[in-house]
Amino acid sequence: MTTRWKLELVVDPVACDGRGVCAEVFPERIERDRWGYPIVEDADISPNLQEHAVRAVRSCPKQALHLVERRC
Amino acid sequence: MSTVMPYRSPSPPETAARLLLGLSADTTDASLQTHLERWGALPRRGPELVNELDASGLAGHGGAWFPVAAKWRSVAAASRRRPVIVANGAEGEPASRKDALLLTRAPHLILDGLSLASETMRAHRAIAYVPAHLRPTVDHAVAERRRRRMDAVEIEIVECPHTFLAGQETAVVSQIGGGRRAALPTFQGLTPVRERGVSGRPTLIHNAETLAQVALVGRFGAGWFRSVGATDAPGTMLMTVTRATGTFVVEAVLGSSLPQATGVTDEELATVQGVLLGGYGGGWVSTRDFSQLPVSEKPVRRAGSTLGAGVVALLPRDVCPLAEMAAVVRYMERQGAGQCGPCIHGLADLASSMEALTWGGPGSVRPERLAEVCHLVEGRGACRHPDGVARFVRTGLQVFADEVIAHQRDGACARVRAPRVLPGTGAGGTPPATRPVRATPTRRLVRGS
Repeated sequence: MTTRWKLELVVDPVACDGRGVCAEVFPERIERDRWGYPIVEDADISPNLQEHAVRAVRSCPKQALHLVERRC
Repeated sequence: MSTVMPYRSPSPPETAARLLLGLSADTTDASLQTHLERWGALPRRGPELVNELDASGLAGHGGAWFPVAAKWRSVAAASRRRPVIVANGAEGEPASRKDALLLTRAPHLILDGLSLASETMRAHRAIAYVPAHLRPTVDHAVAERRRRRMDAVEIEIVECPHTFLAGQETAVVSQIGGGRRAALPTFQGLTPVRERGVSGRPTLIHNAETLAQVALVGRFGAGWFRSVGATDAPGTMLMTVTRATGTFVVEAVLGSSLPQATGVTDEELATVQGVLLGGYGGGWVSTRDFSQLPVSEKPVRRAGSTLGAGVVALLPRDVCPLAEMAAVVRYMERQGAGQCGPCIHGLADLASSMEALTWGGPGSVRPERLAEVCHLVEGRGACRHPDGVARFVRTGLQVFADEVIAHQRDGACARVRAPRVLPGTGAGGTPPATRPVRATPTRRLVRGS
């Protein structure tokens, strides 16, 4: 049996201070709430969006955004 | 070697009072001797205990209602490293007293459960996590057990502050680990504490009452456990009931009706305007729902609330429900860890909005606005704190919808200055320091200059 994995975008709410870089880099999935903190529209990241997601993760000045592999 | 217990195995209690058996107002004897006379020696442990727990249907009593056997198995499967087992006695919820009651009056029942779990799972550490003010009785109990060498894994005590969040799983882990942010929740990513907790080990954290229930299932078996309660909600639970006459703890049979379990008559219910279930992170239900709901998590969830850790607070008609809610929301905002942006801003907003709504008047604040903020905070903290507040506010606005309309139309009602009846909220819910400003005066100032 093969194990399938999917990628999920996860915000560390403790580390995040709402600078909003991620929403600028990855507007397809991330928007900001009224206080500036990111709202991840749909956390499942398909392969075609992976590159954008990785860029968003790398751009976070607080290292508060994570791309996590999850068994599905 | 354990010393031989010269006690007969007592017959299992046949009444609904199980955990509270023998605890009356005039007995304060929490000694090991009395405990063993009442309950008999430590029962069987090992794999058959897990099967017994599975068959019993026992679920966690800390509020999450996760099946106990499944939790044990998932901790055992998480890693080869030996786990850490924690009896969680932090009861930061101001309206809950049941764990404090057990810790002071029946500490050995909790410690039995901790001991059984630790031996069954070959634990690396067994920890009783208790608020500082309850430590002396637990210290005494642990010393008694040491003298008799009762526990295969020696029980340690870790103190926690008496704060609302100290009992959250990740807060427990950080406090035990002596982390920089002690007794505050941390971000766990997708890995639950069950898999990676204290010192990176799989960590089993059970509410104190849950472990007391484990001690009874271990002694008397699943058949006995299921002999009271409903098929899908067997056994009993402790509930802390706050009503006009005071606060007390009852042992309720699961599946029975809420008013029956809490001893609330129709006459008393007629003096009540709404009932809070599950505490300050729980939800409000109407008296009508309260009279029809069973003591069972699933139907209570369907009604928008939760049994949580068993808090029931009856709100009398002679207080202002919005002022009471505002006091609680302000309290919850202050009890926040101040770590997660949406919770910091959202709870401050909800607290101010509830105060504005209480003082009311035309144009003060729209309840829809509060609903929006509830939606914005939900699921966006490292812990469940914002989710609980959102449920509290949303259900309250529904149950007290008529009051909301009246306050918006007429301003504060005559009852806002009545003393607060919901416990532990301090001075919250007082008039907002800056009254909600209407748009017109500011405009006039600008124009008139």
